[in-house]
Amino acid sequence: MADPMKIRASMSGDKVEVKVLMSHDMETGQRKNSKGETVPAHFIQHVSATHNGKVVLSAQWGPAVSKNPFLSFKFAGGKAGEKVQITWTDNKGEKRSDEATIS
Amino acid sequence: MNRTWETAARAACAALFLSTAGAVAQERTAVEEIERYRQALADGNPAELWEARGEGLWKQKAGPKNASLEQCDLGLGPGVVKGAYAELPRFFADTGKVEDLESRLVTCRMTLQGLTAAEARKDPFGSTGKKVVNDALVAFITSESRGYVMNVKTAHPKEAEAFEIGKKIFFHRGGPYDFACATCHGVDNIRIRLQDLPNLTKKGDAQRAYTSWPAYRVSQGELRTFQWRLEDCFRQQRFPHLEFTSEASVALTLFLAKNANGAPYNAPAIKR
Repeated sequence: MADPMKIRASMSGDKVEVKVLMSHDMETGQRKNSKGETVPAHFIQHVSATHNGKVVLSAQWGPAVSKNPFLSFKFAGGKAGEKVQITWTDNKGEKRSDEATIS
Repeated sequence: MNRTWETAARAACAALFLSTAGAVAQERTAVEEIERYRQALADGNPAELWEARGEGLWKQKAGPKNASLEQCDLGLGPGVVKGAYAELPRFFADTGKVEDLESRLVTCRMTLQGLTAAEARKDPFGSTGKKVVNDALVAFITSESRGYVMNVKTAHPKEAEAFEIGKKIFFHRGGPYDFACATCHGVDNIRIRLQDLPNLTKKGDAQRAYTSWPAYRVSQGELRTFQWRLEDCFRQQRFPHLEFTSEASVALTLFLAKNANGAPYNAPAIKR
């Protein structure tokens, strides 16, 4: 089971600024372990953010994204007290969703 | 390969600083750039992921006794976490020993959760694909001392003794390189590769260094604790392996922590 994300969402002018930290190894599939075996690729492939059931961000990621990735973005139309939900799915089919309230 | 490089870099330290004024100015700019890079990263410091996991582990029932660590006495009374790290290491009457945070956690995991000494000391440091308990707990507890002023005491004779032992270790020269901690950390403007090394015999440097550990190491993608820092310094000096939670490591930690007294604690931080 993947560790929870850290999500902060706050009003910045008339937009909502969302900052997300995800806990993930983001293995590229290029690395080798001490025995010389390839470490299998394991990385987040898809990230989406929804607000009131509407997708405000949808991204395809690859192995070039760092370990424990940090994502920051802004979207219009949100208000304090409403919720933002972030979901990621990786190449092994693991999935994690977390929610934050806009402050 | 990396290690050979480090050795060469260390040997070249002195030579580098004899370079021309222009080169020195350029180096300073590089240092400032790294500082900017750190600030940019601090916004989303992944150390927070360890803090969150550590808080969960602190409250989670575990071990043969199926107990949480919430009653662990970190020096300010059972269960008091806020500000505890700013006064560690310290003498604990129940064990009759001076303990730092990591050795105290080992004690609590043994007494409260019923783990054996070997189980509690196993796997102190995490790596990719291997999450461990120690570094997460350390991240959580240290984060609860953020902003507290460092106040390590040497009132108890055992604490005073540990301080003296720590000081001796810091200045002790030995190993195949005839190195001491002080070889790199007792002089101004020394560096390894691009990393400026703090002069730990100076108050300001000692405070800045100690209050910024543990830290998330971007290059390793891991949260590194103070015991890890000491262990790796020993490796770099080619000293015998510094055993996790050993008396030597606690004494050295107490010496360095006391030298940071008076500064506000500000970690878990983020480093290159």
